Amino acid sequence: MIEQVLSISPDNVVGETAKMKVEGYRFVTLSCVEIDETTVDILYHFDRDLQMKHLRLTVPKDRPVPSISPVYFAAFLVENEIQDLFNIRFQGLAIDFDRTLYLEEEVKKTPFCKYVVIKTAPLGEVPGENAS
Amino acid sequence: MTKTIIPFGPQHPVLPEPVHLKLTLEDEVITEAIPAIGFVHRGLEKLAEIRDFHQMIYVVERICGICSMIHAMCYCQGIEALMGIEAPPRARFLRVIWSELHRMHSHLLWMGLFADSFGFESLFMQIWKIREKILDIDEATTGNRIIISVNVIGGMRKDLSPEQVNWILSELKDVEKEIKRLETTIMNDYTVKKRTVGKGVLTRKQAYDLGLAGPTLRASGIAQDMRMLGYAAFNEINFEPVVETDGDCYARCRVRFREVLQSIDLIRQAIAKLPDGEVAVKVKGRPDGEIISRVEQPRGEVFYYIKANGKKNLDRLRVRTPTFANVPALLAMLPGMWLSDVPVIVLSIDPCISCTER
Amino acid sequence: MFTMTPTIMRNFVGKRATRRYPYVVRPPFENARGEIYNDILTCTFCGVCAVKCPSQCITVDKKAATWSCNPYACVYCGLCAENCSSGSLQQKRDYRRPVQEKEVIFLRGEIKKEAKE
Repeated sequence: MIEQVLSISPDNVVGETAKMKVEGYRFVTLSCVEIDETTVDILYHFDRDLQMKHLRLTVPKDRPVPSISPVYFAAFLVENEIQDLFNIRFQGLAIDFDRTLYLEEEVKKTPFCKYVVIKTAPLGEVPGENAS
Repeated sequence: MTKTIIPFGPQHPVLPEPVHLKLTLEDEVITEAIPAIGFVHRGLEKLAEIRDFHQMIYVVERICGICSMIHAMCYCQGIEALMGIEAPPRARFLRVIWSELHRMHSHLLWMGLFADSFGFESLFMQIWKIREKILDIDEATTGNRIIISVNVIGGMRKDLSPEQVNWILSELKDVEKEIKRLETTIMNDYTVKKRTVGKGVLTRKQAYDLGLAGPTLRASGIAQDMRMLGYAAFNEINFEPVVETDGDCYARCRVRFREVLQSIDLIRQAIAKLPDGEVAVKVKGRPDGEIISRVEQPRGEVFYYIKANGKKNLDRLRVRTPTFANVPALLAMLPGMWLSDVPVIVLSIDPCISCTER
Repeated sequence: MFTMTPTIMRNFVGKRATRRYPYVVRPPFENARGEIYNDILTCTFCGVCAVKCPSQCITVDKKAATWSCNPYACVYCGLCAENCSSGSLQQKRDYRRPVQEKEVIFLRGEIKKEAKE
């Protein structure tokens, strides 16, 4: 199991990450997991001197999340990836690719969500999967 | 002062894998660079939903061709920690041996490409000739040259016999002699220094704030290496991270060169301490829970987040590879440089784009 | 001016750096993982190879007694040969030679139909 997980809410995301930066933590990455049909879990991972600390944010899928790229610039790439794969919108991204980082413009399904969420066809398949 | 926008990549003679940079220039000096990736996205994380957790070892190995064994090792260590299995001591030392062999071949591949990026093709060929010896060691001991498939959950699939161990030691002696013979050409040549010293400088604070990993971070003076965590027998052999302080392309090249020599030393230490015993334990049951597993790849720190729920397939497998963390560094390094320095700087972070996009 | 001369003379009279393939072929190593082939007479069609395969390239039909493999999806990991219960699935040391036509997907379809048990 992972230790040192702190639960936060969308209001204090930016505040908590700013506190991490002041304490000297290095940004590692974000992970996004789908919990059920309407919520996702976003985990923020930080590291200092080989000790890790995590923040867990549980949001409903249709609500935009404030971005941490003003605090940690390197987060823009992984937030764009989460936008592409899970269709979670981030507000205030430093460089916003608007769902074109991995996907083409005509792809409307979310590849990673197992449950039917958006208006178009059910259960997205990832293009390029060629396991027979 | 004319402003031009030039696309660098995705097809470029110097890039091993496709990455696109949109460079804004003013009269040969770069003012802005925006990366765009997504050309080799294969969706391997989603395959975790249909392949069971034993078969995923072989899928995870193929995320990257160059650092393949280390991906599999990180995954196996994560699942072993989740299920409470401990790999036997001999398997842990064998993991050290094969992962250090992989690190050597990856750094030698990079050095060859780096020499090719400023046009030194004969050095490129000479370095890859040395690398062939290491690939021969891999093929003779495991069966395949690069994607070696020796990790299983609970240990290893193959073992090393005493004759193979002696043969590895004698081959490593040849490799060390050849590398030391090339040191004057790679490190002390006037032309090489002119193209790399002072280019793409990252200060210590910038490197830490951008969240970099691996030799790119260690060349700026921060001593962080995931092997210090002590996984897989690294806490039983002497290991110190290799650090340089300048932060430019030359320092990164120097870090990787010294790491090759350090890997030879680590393999010799591991072979000297190799214990006897079995190489794998039986595995029963299914994983349940969340775990984080981190390992040092040749390019930096790889981060695995595995979530399982007791079924045969994993719930979520999230991989963050080191090049994913190093790509934002390009946005900080490139402004102020000349257009002809771009290939050298892009290659100095050791881009492995197929890892980045999985 | 003559600093390169020893190197030039050494390269001139020494042996080649590369092997003259295809006239000289290096024999494969002992443990090398190559093509897989099945001895259909001893195969019991238990299906373990199809279950364990990471790329799911083997299909076994017990009732019709057929074993088919897609060699273009196979990654030559050797798991099937390791787990074969009757020992009929073996892995050769040589890799599969290139062919000129890839028309049929199943290069080796049903090897022989056996009316076993």
